[in-house]
Amino acid sequence: MSLNTQGRPTRPEVSADPGAYADTFSGSRGLDQAEPLIFERASFGNTGVDLPEPKGAKTRLGGLERENALGLPGLTEPEAMRHYVRLSRKNYAIDLGLYPLGSCTMKHNPRLNEKIARLPGFAELHPLQPDSTTQGALELIDRLAHWLRTLTNMPAVAMSPGAGAHGELCGLMAIRAALEARGDARKRVLVPESAHGTNPATAAMCGYGVDSIPANAEGRVDLAALKAKLGPDVAALMLTNPNTCGLFERDIIEVAQAVHAAGAFFYCDGANFNAIVGRVRPGDLGIDAMHINLHKTFSTPHGGGGPGSGPVVFSAALAPFVPLPYVVHEADGYRLVEQAEGAARPFGRLKGFHGQMGMFIRALAYMMSHGADGLRQVAEDAVLNANYILASLKDVLSPAFAGPCMHEALFDDRFLKDTGVTTLDFAKAMIDEGYHPMTMYFPLVVHGALLIEPTETESKDALDEFIGTLRHLAERAKAGDRERFLAAPSLAPRRRLDETAAARKPVLRWRPAPPASAAAE
Amino acid sequence: MTIRYSKDHEWIRVEGDEGVVGITAYAAGQLGDVVFVELPEIGKQVRAGDEAAVVESVKAASEVYAPVSGEVVAVNDALEAAPQTVNESPTGDGWFIRIRLADKGELDALMDEAAYKKMIEG
Repeated sequence: MSLNTQGRPTRPEVSADPGAYADTFSGSRGLDQAEPLIFERASFGNTGVDLPEPKGAKTRLGGLERENALGLPGLTEPEAMRHYVRLSRKNYAIDLGLYPLGSCTMKHNPRLNEKIARLPGFAELHPLQPDSTTQGALELIDRLAHWLRTLTNMPAVAMSPGAGAHGELCGLMAIRAALEARGDARKRVLVPESAHGTNPATAAMCGYGVDSIPANAEGRVDLAALKAKLGPDVAALMLTNPNTCGLFERDIIEVAQAVHAAGAFFYCDGANFNAIVGRVRPGDLGIDAMHINLHKTFSTPHGGGGPGSGPVVFSAALAPFVPLPYVVHEADGYRLVEQAEGAARPFGRLKGFHGQMGMFIRALAYMMSHGADGLRQVAEDAVLNANYILASLKDVLSPAFAGPCMHEALFDDRFLKDTGVTTLDFAKAMIDEGYHPMTMYFPLVVHGALLIEPTETESKDALDEFIGTLRHLAERAKAGDRERFLAAPSLAPRRRLDETAAARKPVLRWRPAPPASAAAE
Repeated sequence: MTIRYSKDHEWIRVEGDEGVVGITAYAAGQLGDVVFVELPEIGKQVRAGDEAAVVESVKAASEVYAPVSGEVVAVNDALEAAPQTVNESPTGDGWFIRIRLADKGELDALMDEAAYKKMIEG
């Protein structure tokens, strides 16, 4: 068997000390109100709406009327409202605080984008309207496609993929279609050790075997190892740049040349494009396909706040295989192409309609409000902020690699050695301090990893507050304050969870207590 | 009684023409709390290095490889209801499968206890 040697504890070491806060009659902690499930709160005989019993009405259900109770909770309107608002207050959001989730950019969603997306001409469109009535929307898709092609210097783009992983699937399906078209059935895809887990999953979904490429001591792809694995059986290399260690793959041009010399295609995971947008054009690096997360690089809401959107840009070699549908601009206006035409050989379609229109609007609003120079500054400030964090913490935390980083700062757990505190404990203590933890234990090539991505939307003051908190926690851990870390989070709505019990004895649904009256009736 | 170890942290205890296979205490410790085990069908033919079972802990899902070639003649069904046995007794009640050895010579390619110990300490 292969081993994951990351020492992440999975059940609480200390029994939860309820502390003074939990000792209230209501179970609430001040204004952090306890909130049961809606089914536990409800009275099933109640209803929030009082409608008169219809008089003399006959159903036309022909004896198919429901006979038993519907079992829906009965709440008044304010009770229903409070239930969901209280739940929402237990959530952490980019609108509440800094979200240092490295490798999954969480940055401010400008309100201007929201205003534009709510214009009735966009908000009330239906995807089945005839093209003649949606010319503005089609023009928007076409203009966004133009921006994406220009920023990447790639000749073609598929707009429909619904998220990053869906974009990867789109890219690999185009690569497979191109290989099949030349009668070249290849069997393997190469993926670096530090890759996002979706990369090998995508390759496997497309029917390829996956070979792992080791990283060198600098945290970058080992070029010699890559060249040794390239051969006539390799369909593609999937590489993230900047990679998940927050480092730019300096050898990328040589990597692209080696991949192409072997007759393979070069897929780039563009999840971290926000670190290079406006500075580097992937088309200049020899990349054949790359997805772009509009919900990361171009600020559309992400992570529970909205759907993802992962358009994929393609090189000339893959352009004929771009999936349907796509927009073309002709003399008499814009047209949505839904059937293969001309020399195009689309591999099919990935989505029912045209893609995440709401995200297209927000992403284009973001691009146009920043302009080309503004987008360049986005990348520069994202890298500057991450390096500010790296430089400000390197004396108390342990940077995983020497030298500056790109958009995310990566630390390992050497600074916790002999403290009895793990990366997980450290992350849980951040919750008590009011922060969502960073990505931890990823990338797997770094032991006890802490991966911090501040994004360019945080001010220096916000970063200083965050850095101050992490310095304090690191000093407490080193000073032997172990109990505090093992007990964390002490101030959150829930204490440390027992993941082992949750996996071994999962409680997957709520069941009502048997009604007390049932036996009596 | 001969016990041999693979570089992928499986052990095999040879009993006549058969071998009992499990994962080592070191591997069980690194995996953490095991929450799920998937076992092969009895009668399955495996070659050395083939995936023979799956073990899932709270931290990770991993494959258990057959250390030698042969036919699966028994599986430890008890693990399906009580996967924690892999943590509690990795080299005893926490065994995974029993294989009828196709070629005893393959055992020579595996490590003895001293060599395995050296590998995990190295």
